[in-house]
Amino acid sequence: MATFVQLTVTGLSNGAILALAALGFVLIYKSSSVINFAQGQFLLIGAYVVWALTVEAKLHWAVAVLGAVLVAIALGIVVERLILRPLVGQPIISVIMVTIGLSQVLGALVLIIWGTTPRAFPEFIPSSSVDLLGAQVGASRLWALGLVAVALVAFALFFTRSRHGIAMRAVADDQQAALAMGISVRRVFALAWALAGVSAVVGGVLLANLVGVSGEISGFGLLVFPVVILGGLDSVLGAVVGGALIGLLTAYTGGYVGGGLETVIPYVALVLILLVKPYGLFGQVRIERV
Amino acid sequence: MAGEDERGAGSAAAAPAPDPAAGALLALNNVEVIYDEVILVLRGLSLHVGEGEVVALLGSNGAGKSTTLKAISGLLPSENGEITDGEIAYAGRRIDHLDAAGIVRLGICQVMEGRRVFEHLTVEENLRAGAYTRRGDGLLADDLELVFGYFPPLAGRRRADAGYLSGGEQQMLAMGRALIARPKLLMLDEPSLGLAPKLVAEIFGIIRRLNEELGTTILVVEQNARLALEIADRAYVMENGRIVLDGPAAELAQNPDVQEFYLGLTETGERKSYRDVKHYKRRKRWL
Repeated sequence: MATFVQLTVTGLSNGAILALAALGFVLIYKSSSVINFAQGQFLLIGAYVVWALTVEAKLHWAVAVLGAVLVAIALGIVVERLILRPLVGQPIISVIMVTIGLSQVLGALVLIIWGTTPRAFPEFIPSSSVDLLGAQVGASRLWALGLVAVALVAFALFFTRSRHGIAMRAVADDQQAALAMGISVRRVFALAWALAGVSAVVGGVLLANLVGVSGEISGFGLLVFPVVILGGLDSVLGAVVGGALIGLLTAYTGGYVGGGLETVIPYVALVLILLVKPYGLFGQVRIERV
Repeated sequence: MAGEDERGAGSAAAAPAPDPAAGALLALNNVEVIYDEVILVLRGLSLHVGEGEVVALLGSNGAGKSTTLKAISGLLPSENGEITDGEIAYAGRRIDHLDAAGIVRLGICQVMEGRRVFEHLTVEENLRAGAYTRRGDGLLADDLELVFGYFPPLAGRRRADAGYLSGGEQQMLAMGRALIARPKLLMLDEPSLGLAPKLVAEIFGIIRRLNEELGTTILVVEQNARLALEIADRAYVMENGRIVLDGPAAELAQNPDVQEFYLGLTETGERKSYRDVKHYKRRKRWL
């Protein structure tokens, strides 16, 4: 029982962070149909910027997170404007290649600036352990879960209550009709990239807090793909459910089976889902006639 | 017939003058539109709409009616079309180089053909998306009430996803979504498309009321020429990307060519069978 609780908390907390990263990915795909392979590097940059601002610049962690959010917004907007906007109307393969290239460039940039040595993340969340149903679980994992929940609620409110959130969903639904309402589609694309950056900073910080600051974070970012394929590429709810499922699947496999299978299992799931339910659990089924 | 009454608001622009487009709210002058850099759709189109008027734009399929509206509302770039010649002026300033958002902000709103509601958004969210350009007014609640006043069926379905509304409700939502932006010029593209006759009559009644009660200037593209001529002050007939005929709606309704080609009437004023209309279809041309 204790093992089960421990694995569940581990799985859910990892899954929550994955969900956040996947949310950024889904936002970009939903609004502009761009598959962003650099989402993992966004996490990496978010984690490193917060680390640099707290450890190197000795700022308070709250100020550092805020600073990193601003950096991520700027990065998202610059990428959208300089790299993706000129590619509007180009074949999907060009856009995919460009985001893969972007992921390599961003990853290399982090290496050049901060080197390869893994760093310990400053402790801003208590790392003590808590007794939960007889199991010892890390408080930082519970904190991560709680913070992700808060972030997801904030995103949900943004999409249903705010003018810009509704405009984003309108653009995802029918771009031309949104244009006719005076909604600036370009601004919505920029906003999607900025929000993807914000979700990556929060995800990256929480992840770095659990596993430390290193290049491994972008590897974790790769898990975004099984998550969005499982949940559905264009579903925000799918990102959350997919994140939780992949997180739990990985944790249970690691705990009960082990032997390295846990690093493969998400991708096995990815292949299976593509075979039986290619649009994912909550994805919009697109009927295409050839 | 409802179209025959003369109304004060439209008479200034409709009165005979050396240049009827002078002082009009909207004026298109020799507009040429090309799609994909090769397909010429509008070939020097000129028309004007005076403030407070209801103007109908008639014509057969492919004449360029929808393209005309998209040229005005700035939606051409999204379909790889562009205005290559001529000019479009609104309230005395050129708008042919503005983007769609800038044009909506000036007070021009288009209800697109086929309703195009945001299906995954609720009715209220659709309306809030329509109010996107009205930031800071703080009048959203009043505006929602205004829309529900004109379109009562929507009030009961505020929280329903727009995709689940009936065709008539979706058309009302599409119009309400444009109305909430409080446009001075409302452009409607085929508002009767795919609706039952009873609903069509209701929708056209509402269009008339929007014009009379709110003073909204209206430019309506419509296949149902009879209905359009009934509610319009003036009308234009388009063929092959040009205006071929224009005049007061009541006058056009009496024009023998219009009667034959668009109203399906014989010279004696009787309704003609569709089969006969087809025989004559290409016999006559205005140009």
